[in-house]
Amino acid sequence: MTAPLLDVSNLTIRFPTGTPVADLGFAVGEGETVAVVGESGSGKSLTALAIMRLLPRTARTTSGGIRFQGRDLLALPEPEMRRVRGRKIAMIFQEPMTSLNPVLTIGKQIAEVLRLHEGLSSEAARKRSIQLLDLVRVADPHLRVDDFPHRLSGGMRQRAMIAMAVACGPKLLIADEPTTALDVTIQAQVLDLLDRLRRELGMALVLITHDLGIVGQWADRVVVMYAGRGAEEADATRLLDDPLHPYTRGLLAASPRLDARLHYTAGPLREIPGSIASALGEPGCPFVPRCPMALPTCRTKPPPLEEIRPGRLIACPPTLALERADAAAVGR
Amino acid sequence: MPLLSVADLHTHFRTPRGILRAVDGVSLTIEKGESVGLVGESGCGKSTLGKTVLRLVDPTSGRVTFDGEDVVRLSRDALGPYRRRAQMIFQDPFSSLNPRHTIERILTAPLSVHGIGDRNERRRRVRAMIERVGLPLSSLSRYPHEFSGGQRQRVGIARALILGPDLVICDEPVSALDLSIQAQILNLLVEMKRDFNLSYLFISHDLSVIRYFADRVLVMYLGRVVESAAGADLWAKPLHPYTRALIQAIPDPTRRRQAAPIGGDIASPEDIPRGCRFHPRCPIATSICAEREPALETHAPGHQAACHHAGKLSRPPEA
Repeated sequence: MTAPLLDVSNLTIRFPTGTPVADLGFAVGEGETVAVVGESGSGKSLTALAIMRLLPRTARTTSGGIRFQGRDLLALPEPEMRRVRGRKIAMIFQEPMTSLNPVLTIGKQIAEVLRLHEGLSSEAARKRSIQLLDLVRVADPHLRVDDFPHRLSGGMRQRAMIAMAVACGPKLLIADEPTTALDVTIQAQVLDLLDRLRRELGMALVLITHDLGIVGQWADRVVVMYAGRGAEEADATRLLDDPLHPYTRGLLAASPRLDARLHYTAGPLREIPGSIASALGEPGCPFVPRCPMALPTCRTKPPPLEEIRPGRLIACPPTLALERADAAAVGR
Repeated sequence: MPLLSVADLHTHFRTPRGILRAVDGVSLTIEKGESVGLVGESGCGKSTLGKTVLRLVDPTSGRVTFDGEDVVRLSRDALGPYRRRAQMIFQDPFSSLNPRHTIERILTAPLSVHGIGDRNERRRRVRAMIERVGLPLSSLSRYPHEFSGGQRQRVGIARALILGPDLVICDEPVSALDLSIQAQILNLLVEMKRDFNLSYLFISHDLSVIRYFADRVLVMYLGRVVESAAGADLWAKPLHPYTRALIQAIPDPTRRRQAAPIGGDIASPEDIPRGCRFHPRCPIATSICAEREPALETHAPGHQAACHHAGKLSRPPEA
């Protein structure tokens, strides 16, 4: 692989009250879809905000670097970062209603982006806004452009947000739970749209989600986060066929989604005991309190994400040892 | 005789923009010990249906019969005994638990209101229930905000079950919870069903959760039931194109990229399309679908669907 589009290494985010993200690293290639998967408290949204340099003031970011197209974003002066944001890297959020301005029409909000970044006249910006609404498959774009956000359905609002995000043809789109607030049939439409835009506009996509279900369908690669750290990284299909980290395995086993034969009359679902809150103050691997295969050594220090095969990384020394013993036994 | 029977139930609301037909002619039954799943997207009326059955909302017309008694006719004052036997578990236990009350007070309140037991008896029941849902006794002196989402839902379950109900309506009980916690709560609900011989109406937008939890499934769209079948039959052979689209839209990790199953947006319940409610989004709709509303008809034993072209995968040629 040539130099990746985005390369995050050893990212640590500190607040006065704690360290919600520690030693996180991953890369995103041009045109690639990488899913960052985790439950609430895993630090996945903070990671997205750190890339955009939109963390609250109280946060301190230390890092080996967040390199985008070879430049370290953390070292950029704010005026230059402002040119990256929106133009090169764009972001959409879970709830479009709270990120759209309720007193401006959809058209005005898209046009503002175009006038700011591309210097378009208001007439040209309006024309382009209508084209963008058409691009994200909003029906009757010449009418919708004058609508206020509350007049649109949740799915349409998210489409309008996407139109705004791709207005300047960014190289990277970060989508933070873009479909969590939407109904399943609408969710499929929006993911479909994001994937089509990725191909047509040559963007890379970082899909932040708690839903392992959409990972196999929409992502090339997956980073699983747990309590602020990378737990596992792999090709999407590999990860789902053969999850290695005990957390990933537990999540997949606990999901009623994966096996249509699961029914309450046939027995309980597999559970991951406890909750993510137990990671707080754990000096070792954050998953230790819930882990079925934890060893005393897991409690001493957090395990690094280590490569086990090309493109396959896990942060779990016991699993790593087992896999290596396996590989040795079969002579690989 | 079924435990619960709902016949031609309508719940309409007056809004500034007209009449909102949230529940618009629903009939269903729940047998004793049965777990009935009710699935549909936002705005389909599933939550309003649940609330109407419990008389938290009054119906516009129709009948709700519980254990032989017409619940709709009961006056507010006479609802007590019914409320004792039919309870609800909500999606977000945080907004349904009073933040200023301890867990002990929250769990004791239903017992005092219904005049069950003396002080010691109530105390005994509350302690037994909190342990039964998997929380330590020390939880009783704490407040809702001190608990995680999963623990709060355990409190919500304890509160619903403390009166020993026969029917529990679960309204999206795991939707607000993280995946690693969902299985814990679903398993607990199954244990409770067995231990207390409960019947469930399990409301969810998530077909995969319904698939695990339901004996029989009702699919709702814009205020009406469009398909009803035993779980296995529904997954194997959905008859309504909307059910088929819902099943295809379940994000399946083992499936690679594929186009969205249906387009279009859900219509507003204030402006329900003429004819079949689903026809503007339906891939197999014909001219009859825009004109006449299909009735819920039996197509196989125990399997009903409301569709002029039930079971067909493509649009029939028009005459």
